Amino acid sequence: MAQTLFEKVWNQHLVKPQTADTPAVLYIDLHLVHEVTSPQAFTVLRERGLKVRRPDRTLATMDHSTPTTPRNAQGVIPVLDAQALFQLDFLTKNCQEFGVPLYSLGTENQGIVHVIGPEQGLTQPGMTIVCGDSHTSTHGAFGALAFGIGTSEVGHVLATQCLMQNVPQTMAVRVDGQLHEGVTAKDIILAIIAKIGVGGGTGYVLEYMGSAIRGLSMEGRMTICNMSIEGGARAGMVAPDETTFNYIAGRPFAPKGKAWDNAVAGWRKLPSDEGAIFDAEVVLNADDLVPMITYGTNPGMGMKITDNVPNPADLNDVSAKVALDKALNYMGLQPGQKLLGQPVNVVFVGSCTNSRITDLREAAKLIKGQKVASGVRMMVVPGSQRVKAQAEAEGLHEIFREAGAEWREAGCSMCIAMNGDQLQPGEYAVSTSNRNFEGRQGKGGRTFLASPLTAVATAVNGVVTDPRLMVERMKA
Amino acid sequence: MDKFQSFSGKVVALPINDIDTDQIIPARYLKVTDKAGLGEACFSDWRYNSDGSPKADFVLNQPQHAGAEVLIGGHNFGCGSSREHAPWALMGAGFKAVISTYFADIFKNNALKNGLLPVIVDEETHKQLISLAEEDPNTQVSVDLESQQVTLPDGRKVTFPVDPFSKYCLLQGVDQMGFLLNLDPDIVKYETENGQRVNTLEPVEM
Ligand code: SF4
Repeated sequence: MAQTLFEKVWNQHLVKPQTADTPAVLYIDLHLVHEVTSPQAFTVLRERGLKVRRPDRTLATMDHSTPTTPRNAQGVIPVLDAQALFQLDFLTKNCQEFGVPLYSLGTENQGIVHVIGPEQGLTQPGMTIVCGDSHTSTHGAFGALAFGIGTSEVGHVLATQCLMQNVPQTMAVRVDGQLHEGVTAKDIILAIIAKIGVGGGTGYVLEYMGSAIRGLSMEGRMTICNMSIEGGARAGMVAPDETTFNYIAGRPFAPKGKAWDNAVAGWRKLPSDEGAIFDAEVVLNADDLVPMITYGTNPGMGMKITDNVPNPADLNDVSAKVALDKALNYMGLQPGQKLLGQPVNVVFVGSCTNSRITDLREAAKLIKGQKVASGVRMMVVPGSQRVKAQAEAEGLHEIFREAGAEWREAGCSMCIAMNGDQLQPGEYAVSTSNRNFEGRQGKGGRTFLASPLTAVATAVNGVVTDPRLMVERMKA
Repeated sequence: MDKFQSFSGKVVALPINDIDTDQIIPARYLKVTDKAGLGEACFSDWRYNSDGSPKADFVLNQPQHAGAEVLIGGHNFGCGSSREHAPWALMGAGFKAVISTYFADIFKNNALKNGLLPVIVDEETHKQLISLAEEDPNTQVSVDLESQQVTLPDGRKVTFPVDPFSKYCLLQGVDQMGFLLNLDPDIVKYETENGQRVNTLEPVEM
């Protein structure tokens, strides 16, 4: 029978299929670990006298509570506080004791967990990948089944390399057509989430397909899969193709020689079969898309950048009305107002959504020779030390610095505001990250999610700006 | 884990849609390495003023709602981050069950693994419970996992879904780790039959 990409990967990883009484037992090929969601799991292992079953399928890094401030004279990145330091030290101790490889703070391979997996070539088609982090969906861009788990499950995978899962449903998300200049992968995913809502994907694994998805770089596909969880989906996937293979080839953990040929031959069998059945379908046309921006306090509250903020009075559903009212109140916005021209205090380019080398190249290209508006703080935070090194080799850091932006060390930074990088109460930010929840980027901070291009256009003008104008001018 | 006991408890309503785990427990509290103390920080940004004093108009701070054990949230409760700190914080704040029309997947999984029961009810019942809780702070419901039923104040019983394995674990007070550890022969068999995809300890030489 015709199978979907998801079904093929799922079936290849069944240690035991689902029964009436028990969920399926799924084997995990790669388990990524970070300092915030793992400590209690290691403690459970210790209490029960267990080992990490497969340290060779596990990789740890430090990213969430790590500072991104420049190194001091000793070359050390100073950690924010004693609690963060303790958490980082605890991860080091756990990794040493249990034999898990660790890319620790400031070392050459360290970075945001969802940036380093792909860049090391560890993320490959057809794998199962988990991490105690909801944006593990990022790795689905390679045709892997990748999803976030809680700390109890981190413990299960450490101890047994397996997880118990009920089989999810599948949703095809088809995006055909051609993106216009100035419109990016980030705009595609913001448009999808605005359409299905933050709960619309609950219970589903999404497969993104169609010519617009095929036309994206791996980085663009990662941006889209990354935010699957913001539509409530467990995971997002893209079928592997030449773009995928070209990205992986030659990376440190990619198969080499004969093993590479065999691997690629296997990966070519993964795409959904003709006639495979999905439980639901969503369709978008890339030709209709324009730059997107969020106005509210969840990623589903997004609109075309040229639109006006919606009015709660226009909504029929009472609870949706209340939610919008509360959101606008928090955001300090008026119903019906434009966001174009809205002054901002901070522009953040970074996070596992948009901190890869192509994101930085695009941002640098647009900001080159321009200045960040006075009174605006712009932070550019590479997703990993390798991205940072690459960007510096290309001179991108100089372009950002000359424009007046801050060039920082790698990490989650202002995406999560637990590491010192954060908004002050009441401040507005255009952010390339993935969450605009209340307080996400700092207590009382107000976030507009957008693409790196929109972020740069906004930084230069000091107010929310449609990047298409700048892209046009740059070409002229 | 303790066995999940059926109970009757006071309900409190927080009828906001899409309550995300960043609200349930803001990220700055995630620097802990154990589970203790998160109850105080539960809904911290909604609960406290910037000087740390409690906000009088926030429902969980109101004395008539003290001791509530059942929280009714709006639709799509627990979306966002996978942090298991969210159910830890809710349990630390005294809750044993959360009622909504639906839950975000990861939150639901995390809650079930910690003995915090996610109770899914239909929209009608959800609305009714919210009004009851808002009218009378002493509104109580009974939650029985064995029969998968919530009993409303008027005696009406509403059935809720729970996957059989989670139910078994909750009622027996066992966790999934034990079950998985017992599968060792199956896991070894899988590992023998299926090649290793990557080895994180050794990059592949050119
Ligand atoms: S960058 Fe943000 S979303 Fe991504 S892993 Fe870090 S905190 Fe999570």
